[in-house]
Parts: sequence; C-alpha cells; structure tokens
Amino acid sequence: MFESITKGLEGALSFLRGQTKLTEKNIREALQAVRQSLLEADVNYDVAQSFCDRVARVAVGTEVLDSLKPFEQFVGVVHRELIQLMGPVDHTLNLAKGQVGVIMMCGLQGSGKTTTCGKLAKMLQGEGWRPLLVAADLQRPAAIDQLRIIGEQLGVPVYTEPPTSNPVKVCQNGVALARKQGDVDVVILDTAGRLHIDDELMQELKQIDRTVEPDQVLLVCDAMTGQDAVNSAKVFNAALELNGVVLTKLDGDARGGAALSVKSVTGVPIKYIGVGEQLDKLEMFHPDRMASRILGMGDVLTLFEKAQQHFDAEQMAAQQEKLRKGKFTLTDFRNQMQQVKKLGSFSSIMKMIPGMGRISEMMNDADMDPEQDLGKIEAIISSMTEAERENPEIIDISRRRRIAAGSGTEPSMINKLLKEFTNAQKMMQNMAGQSHLDRLRSLQQMASMGAFDPGAEVSFGKNRSARAEIDKEKKKRQRKDAKKQRKKNRR
Amino acid sequence: MGLFDRLKKGLQRTKELLQTDIRDLFKSGELLTEEKLEQFYSKLILTDMGVPAAREIVDEVREKHFGRTVVIDEIWATVKARLKILLKGSENTLWDVENFLSPLAMAPTGPTVILVAGVNGVGKTTSIAKLANLLHKAGRKVVLAAGDTFRAAAVEQLTMWSKRIGCDIVTKPSGSDPAAVAYAGCARALETGADVVVIDTAGRLQTQQNLMKQLEKIRRVIGDKIPGAPHEVLLVLDATTGQNGVSQAQKFSESVACTGLVLAKLDGTAKGGVVVAIRQQMNLPVKYVGLGEQIDDMEVFNPDNFVEALFAG
Ligand SMILES: Nc1nc2c(ncn2[C@@H]2O[C@H](COP(=O)(O)OP(=O)(O)OP(=O)(O)O)[C@@H](O)[C@H]2O)c(=O)[nH]1
Ligand SMILES: Nc1nc2c(ncn2[C@@H]2O[C@H](COP(=O)(O)OP(=O)(O)OP(=O)(O)O)[C@@H](O)[C@H]2O)c(=O)[nH]1
Ligand SMILES: [Mg+2]
Ligand SMILES: [Mg+2]
Repeated sequence: MFESITKGLEGALSFLRGQTKLTEKNIREALQAVRQSLLEADVNYDVAQSFCDRVARVAVGTEVLDSLKPFEQFVGVVHRELIQLMGPVDHTLNLAKGQVGVIMMCGLQGSGKTTTCGKLAKMLQGEGWRPLLVAADLQRPAAIDQLRIIGEQLGVPVYTEPPTSNPVKVCQNGVALARKQGDVDVVILDTAGRLHIDDELMQELKQIDRTVEPDQVLLVCDAMTGQDAVNSAKVFNAALELNGVVLTKLDGDARGGAALSVKSVTGVPIKYIGVGEQLDKLEMFHPDRMASRILGMGDVLTLFEKAQQHFDAEQMAAQQEKLRKGKFTLTDFRNQMQQVKKLGSFSSIMKMIPGMGRISEMMNDADMDPEQDLGKIEAIISSMTEAERENPEIIDISRRRRIAAGSGTEPSMINKLLKEFTNAQKMMQNMAGQSHLDRLRSLQQMASMGAFDPGAEVSFGKNRSARAEIDKEKKKRQRKDAKKQRKKNRR
Repeated sequence: MGLFDRLKKGLQRTKELLQTDIRDLFKSGELLTEEKLEQFYSKLILTDMGVPAAREIVDEVREKHFGRTVVIDEIWATVKARLKILLKGSENTLWDVENFLSPLAMAPTGPTVILVAGVNGVGKTTSIAKLANLLHKAGRKVVLAAGDTFRAAAVEQLTMWSKRIGCDIVTKPSGSDPAAVAYAGCARALETGADVVVIDTAGRLQTQQNLMKQLEKIRRVIGDKIPGAPHEVLLVLDATTGQNGVSQAQKFSESVACTGLVLAKLDGTAKGGVVVAIRQQMNLPVKYVGLGEQIDDMEVFNPDNFVEALFAG
C-alpha cells in the first residue's frame, strides 16, 4: 500500500523532473497524482478536492527558488498545506486544579472509547491527577466489566451501576460522588458506542452533556475509517460541540486520511493518537508526522530533524568531503555507524523511511538481529589497528585471525565485512553528490534491489556454516526473550 | 422485522434511489460529459470502493455512453452489471439469501469449525453471537470458544451472549494461550457431539507479526484436533473501513486463508464499498452482513441489495 502511494507521487515527480519551474500546467498534472494518493489514503473526496484547489493556488503563486528543484518545492507546498489544515495542535485538556474536571468520550461502536478512557486515566495519573472512571455503557455485553478490569490494572477507581440503570443517571451520580468525596479531581465518562444516525441515542448523549456539563468532550475515531468519517464526525460535533478528537489504531498500516477529513469538516483539533491496545499507547498528535504518513512519505522529516539534532555537522561535512574524494575509510565507516546509532534502533530508523518498514519486519521474521550484527561490525573495526583501518588491503590471514580473536568473531566475517565495505564505499560515492530526497530515493531503490536483504549484505546472516551453532543459540535466546515479553504483555 | 418486510424495504430503497441520486446526475436527454463522469466518480469513491474499481466502472460507462444523450436506465444497467461482476468474482457465487446456512461450508461428518478473525473492534464477537444464534435456531448444536483471552472482559462478553442464546461455551482464564482454548472448543464438540464450533479471537492489526503467528497457530491446532478443520475462516470487516480493508484481507488471508467476509455495521451511513476492491483484488466473497447490535441483526449477503444500497442516500 505504501508502495502504491509513493508511486503516485513518483509519477508527479518524474514528470516534474525535466521542468525548470512550477507552472499552472505542470502543477495541475502533479496535483492529479496528489489527489489520487489522498483518496488512496482515505481522505474524503470533497476534502481532497478542495485541498488540491488550495495547493494549486498556493503553488502557482510560489516564487521559484533557484536552489530547489520543482518537485521538492511542490512536495514542500503540499506537505505544508497538509500540516496547516491538520493543525494547530492543542494537547491541552483544560482541567483546572482545585476542582473536579469532567471528560466525556463518545464515538461509533468499537472505535476504542473504553480503551482510550483507560489510556487517558493513566496519562493523567502520571501527571499527578486522581482520575475516576465512570461506566456509562449499559448497552454492550460486559462493557462495565471491561472498564472495571482496566481500572484495576491502573489502580484507578471505577464508578458503576447495574445495567438496569440509566446512562444519564450513572454519569450524574459518578460526577456527584467525585465532587463529594474529594479524593478525585478528574472524572472520565465512558459512553456506549452509537451510530450518528441513531436519534434516540444521540439525544441521550446530549442529555448527558447538558446534565454534567463536561469540560472536554472527545470524539474517538478509528484511523482506518474511510469516506464516512466526515459524516459521523459532523453529526457528533453538531450535537456536542466537540473539544477534540482521539485517533485510534494508528499502530497499523492505515494511512489515516480520516485525520485530515475530520479536522477539515469539523475544525476540531486532533489531540491524541492511539498506537496500541496497551494502556500506555497514547501519544500526542503531530500534524507534520501525520502529513508525511498521509502522503506516504514515512516519517522522513522526523528522521531529518533527528539527524540534524544528533549529527555532528562538522564531522559530517568532513566525511562528505572524504567521500567525494573517495577517501572514505573504515574509521569513517565506524564513525558514521556511531552517528546513526544515536538516532535510535536500526528498526525504528527503518520504519521512518517509506517502504522500509517492511524490511525491518522481514528481519524480525528471519530472526535477524541487525542491532547485534552492527555491534559485531563495530567490534571488528575496533579490533583493527589504525593502519589497518586506513588501509584494509594490508589485512592478511594472520591479521585477520588476530582481529577475529579480538572481536570474538570468525575470520570469515572479517573477509565479508571488507567486501561489504568496498561495496558500501562505491555506493556512498554515488550518493555523495545527491540531494536529500534523491538519496532517499536511491535508498529505496537499493531496498527494492535487495541491498537490504537481511541475509545478503552487511549482516552476516547468510554465512550459515560458520554460524550454525550461534544461530541456534541466538534463536533459543530470542524465543526466550519473546516469551518473557509476551508474558509481560499478558498475551 | 420479517424477511418479507425487509425485502419490501429493500425494494422501496431502490425506487427512491432511482428517483434521486443517479437520476439527478444523469438527467435523461442531456449529453454525457466528462464533468458528469467526474461527479459519478466522486460518488463511487465515496462508497470506499477505491480508485481502481471506481476507475474501471467510470471507464466502462464512458466507453459505452460517452457523448451520447443519457438514457438513465441504460447507464444504470451498465453500472449494475459491472458491479455485480466485480462482486460475484470468478466463481459467480450467489448464496440463497433465504437460507441462512447456505454460505457456510459444513463438514461432511463430525463438527464444523468456524474460525473468526479481524482487526480490533470490528464486530467479531457480536457477529459470532449472531451466527451462533442462527445456527442454534436452525437446530444445530453449537459450541463457542472464547479465544480472546487478551482484551479486558472479552471472555465475559462472549459468555453473556452464550447465555442469551442458550448454547455451550468453552472458556479459559484471561491470559491463557488462545490456541489452547480453540483446541478445547474442538475437543468439547467431539465429546458432546456438537455440530458447529465457533471460535472467537482477539482483535489484532494485520501488521502485528507475532499476533498473526499466534493466529496461524490457532488454525494449526484446530486442524490437529479435527482433520479438515477449520471449515470456514471468516474475516470480519467494519463497514466504515476505508482502503485499509484491502490490506486486512490480504494479510489475514496470507496468514489463515480466509474463506469469506462478514461485513459488520452496515446499518450506519458507510457503504462498505471496500469489499468490492477486496473481491476484485483477491476474490474473497462477502458471506454475511451485520445490521445492528442485536442478535437478530444479521443477514446473508445479497449482492443485488448491496449494489442498490451503494448509491442510496
Ligand atoms: N491496535 C490498537 N487497538 C486499539 C487501540 N485502541 C483500542 N484498541 C482496540 O480496539 C478494540 C475496541 O476497543 P474498545 O475500547 O472496546 O472500543 P469502544 O469504542 O469502547 O467499543 P464499544 O464500547 O463497543 O463501542 C479493542 O480490541 C481494543 O483493544 C489502538 O490504539 N490500537
Ligand atoms: N451498529 C452496529 N454495531 C455493531 C455491529 N456489530 C457489532 N457492533 C458493535 O460494535 C462494537 C464492537 O463489537 P465487538 O463484537 O465487541 O467487536 P470485536 O471485533 O469482537 O472487538 P475486539 O474483540 O475488541 O477486537 C460493539 O459495541 C458492538 O455492539 C453491527 O452490525 N452494527
Ligand atoms: Mg466501550
Ligand atoms: Mg471481541
């Protein structure tokens, strides 16, 4: 899916490549590709349409900057406009200390309300609030039990009444109790899922709203929702004057066009995103990341941002220079590895690059552990002398044995590393003269050619004979770790 | 609502539709222009059928009717025919809508096992209750297996349904291995001579490798206990789902070889058009639709009604 979108934008790109500036005509054609990719990301048709009109206006008026290629400039405009439409961010819940705040959740069936109640309670708990959960879903079988169990997991009290009660009363009583007792300062109301076209149940929500006057009414919306997201969001907003939206289930591969649709038809800010079933899987919403996701650009910008923060600019520049001159040595290689490591784990970096998420999945599948392999590479390079690093040709059999012994690896691995290094050297030379986007594109190309096949290149995975034992040991350990993790996750 | 009432309502809807949406767009006697085709394209996209299927339909309408004066019935016939081809897939499947059990492949002898899977919150547990109820009312002896041992109160939820239906259920404590529950469900059916076992599973996103592996294990274990099982692997899809539904169908099928879809929550305003894309790309048929939260709110999928409803309202 990611691939098809990137292709959509690639289409716009290849077409713009030969052009020297943005014109009305080439923008119109490029926008066609953008529109399709928005539709594939589940952005509502009308929203996608008016968005493209808007981009057209902005892009045509944009002065052509000499330094930028039209494609980059165009994508920049699209990206910026997306961010603008989904922003500004507002992560506040406007709760005042010293009084009992009330947060009410609402939304369609199964969107994640009950789970999000738990997540919010946990988040607020962490900030020093004392939450109370109120089980106002008397409709769905075992909904009360579900909230009660979540409360137990968090050590948060849960107010319940028997299913024969009435949801408005439950909310009223829960809030009254919290005000009276004084050991609670925020009440979170879990309401039953309902369709926006169910007049009776929408009326019930309004009644709760009027009776307890919550400080915050949050709509919980499934990120996988398609074109219909605008319809339900509009009606919920009209009935309740929403303060915010929580977009759930973003931990999968949904592109999440609903975020754009809901924000643009209601104007209600998206406050949080749900990224997992566990109760700590609630994050702040970031329009820039969402924009990249909708465009199928991965989290490229976050990666650049991180890279800029963590890379030592001078060292980078020096290395670039060396690269250009073809003087890139194993020492530089190790330095770069260390720089990259500052960005996070290998798999988390891969996930931020469009199309690469699959590769890190593949690695997991193949029981690969890139972190460990990178660690070995580092150990090998560190076991070399300065002269060997600058001039790997001098590494003969006896040096190889010494290095292997020093790094706890096999001599055959040293050989393999040196071969990979020569390849990498060539590759990097090619990339040295490219722009950021071009470089990403070559990375993607390499990925599709199998350069990142976990068994094929930098890692030692394919060297079966020498590794049979290690493999077995490693797998055993991984299985054990995985088991522990599963237990921890209660699965 | 009885079957006859439902049919009547369906027909009524068709009439209304032909008077409104499509008629407004394609006014008889006017010329069919690109602008009209684009408007029609937007209506197709709004059903969530996705860009490729929408293009295919628009292209066919363009090819057959472009530049000519509109004859609404002819255009509508083209659209319907194309959609039905898309929906019926290569084997031209059409269930007997009056026979609730006709979409199910039953075991020739011994218990039939139905495994139910899908992403979080789509309506798996509720659909299982509805299906079990249909089977129970048809005189089949049903065992439910509460294979969602992860989500808070999932076991309690299915247990409450089993009590309402009056059918048997096998449960294990929260946190147990779901494959063990599935196995125990099959064992119970063999013991008691039950006709059908329906296995609930925890919601999982199709990108979660470890959980997809867990699902594969469940499937394997069922087959170990009852050769030839599971006889049906139903993927439940939420009708509000957009293009991610295709990825869901793909990855769940890769993992446990789905045999059909249950399209839940079709009682809202979402059209569930993504099943067209799924049928088109992977030939997976819809078997049932969910039309509400109550136990009777399930029907056998009827392509004709579905196509009419795609453009209604
Ligand atoms: N993967 C993932 N699953 C989630 C997330 N949020 C909720 N879920 C799951 O989605 C399913 C539905 O969540 P609930 O919290 O029960 O949803 P609800 O809106 O309360 O449902 P009703 O009360 O029936 O309307 C459960 O399986 C949750 O574990 C999320 O951010 N990611
Ligand atoms: N309107 C409507 N609601 C439905 C339908 N089917 C299920 N629901 C509701 O959707 C919500 C989720 O249903 P469940 O059956 O718990 O979904 P699930 O897939 O088992 O959820 P998890 O086990 O948490 O992944 C509940 O509130 C159901 O009442 C339907 O056909 N129409
Ligand atoms: Mg709930
Ligand atoms: Mg369930």
